[in-house]
Amino acid sequence: MSSFLGLYNYWIVIFLMMAGFYNVIARGNLIRKLVGLNIFQTSVFLLYISMGKVEGGTAPILAEGVTTYSNPLPHVLILTAIVVGIATTAVGLALVVRIRAAYGTIEEDEIQRREEGP
Amino acid sequence: MTIALVDIALMTFLAIIAVAITQVRDLFAAVVLTGIFSLLSACIFTSLDAVDVAFTEAAVGAGLATVLFLAALSLTGPREKTQPHHSWSGLCVCLLTGGALIYGTLDMPHLGDPNAPVHQHVAPRYIAESPEEIGIPNMVTSVLASYRGYDTLGEVTVIFTAGLAVLLLLRGSGTRLDAVADQAMRHAMILRVVSKLFIPLILLFALYVQFHGDFGPGGGFQAGVIFAAAFILYALIYGVEEARRVAPAGRVQVFFALGLLLYIGTGLACLLAGGNFLEYKVLASDPTYGEHYGILLIELGVGITVAAVVISIFCHFASRERP
Repeated sequence: MSSFLGLYNYWIVIFLMMAGFYNVIARGNLIRKLVGLNIFQTSVFLLYISMGKVEGGTAPILAEGVTTYSNPLPHVLILTAIVVGIATTAVGLALVVRIRAAYGTIEEDEIQRREEGP
Repeated sequence: MTIALVDIALMTFLAIIAVAITQVRDLFAAVVLTGIFSLLSACIFTSLDAVDVAFTEAAVGAGLATVLFLAALSLTGPREKTQPHHSWSGLCVCLLTGGALIYGTLDMPHLGDPNAPVHQHVAPRYIAESPEEIGIPNMVTSVLASYRGYDTLGEVTVIFTAGLAVLLLLRGSGTRLDAVADQAMRHAMILRVVSKLFIPLILLFALYVQFHGDFGPGGGFQAGVIFAAAFILYALIYGVEEARRVAPAGRVQVFFALGLLLYIGTGLACLLAGGNFLEYKVLASDPTYGEHYGILLIELGVGITVAAVVISIFCHFASRERP
């Protein structure tokens, strides 16, 4: 039972990761792929933050009468990763918008056909 | 035990929403569900003590990402081509990878285990010594701005570059201000009144988050996004054209570079004062004061760049001509 509780977060993280991955590889719509990447990305954030948690600890902000703090290092890495993530997602979306303008579609197979066509 | 129950419930909800996002056929619905997904993950971050991260995720994931996805959808169309319901090969790959990863977790330290390797490396030093060495209570800010200042500089550069990339991709012949669509929102009285009440408060809150980040959750990344959110709210209700009058594109782009230059300039000032790059100690006679000045300046640089990049990205999406 304790093993189930202790690893539950990681299992859900892997489930989310695979749900995102499925959206990326099995769907042809480019926006859908980016949504999948976003889910994948959030699952990685959850993985890091879950690892940083310390039993009985609190947020890593100095307070009187507190001796146990959670690990601040994963927080720093993920905090910046979130903002970098949105910036790169925006680049992805901009590329999708340009692909739509150039090909008239954002479905992968139709773009492929257009490329191979006469 | 209560925490564990809350955690399990929230994580389960997250899994359910991920399934819903995968199943739903309408892209519009999928994007809105992604917003809920982000908000929920922000709740989980709070329950796992990562308050700074929760703050950022709530502002970025639930707010900004949803708005950007919707803006992109309005340019590409919300309908997805109907496909055969499942891709069996894709499902197999996912199941195999997922199975291998789950096998890998069996050796991992359990959630909250204080003896896990991740808590044995540099973290104890940060927790034990940063309050004296840096002199500010928020350890996340200490690590972000001082100990790992190089990392953060790299990340701000990535954001700067991403901003430039979006600008280059979306400007040019396709741009026309969509006046017709804008007018509808402007005449919605409730939105107008509420937004007028809220925008100053959001801006004030952004400044609080920026300058109180040393003492509580917050800092340049969050403040930049919140500041930009106020601007985006204004643009959504009064139209991009009006928003462009408040913040002309050229001027916003100057701030892209200004924030980054402030960051690098602080590093160079440390060099000139006789220290290493980004070694703030040398900036004042008292090393702790030096750290304070350095952190204040680079957080301000981060905030300026993030706010300018986010505002500019939004404006470029919103002012592009609908096909």
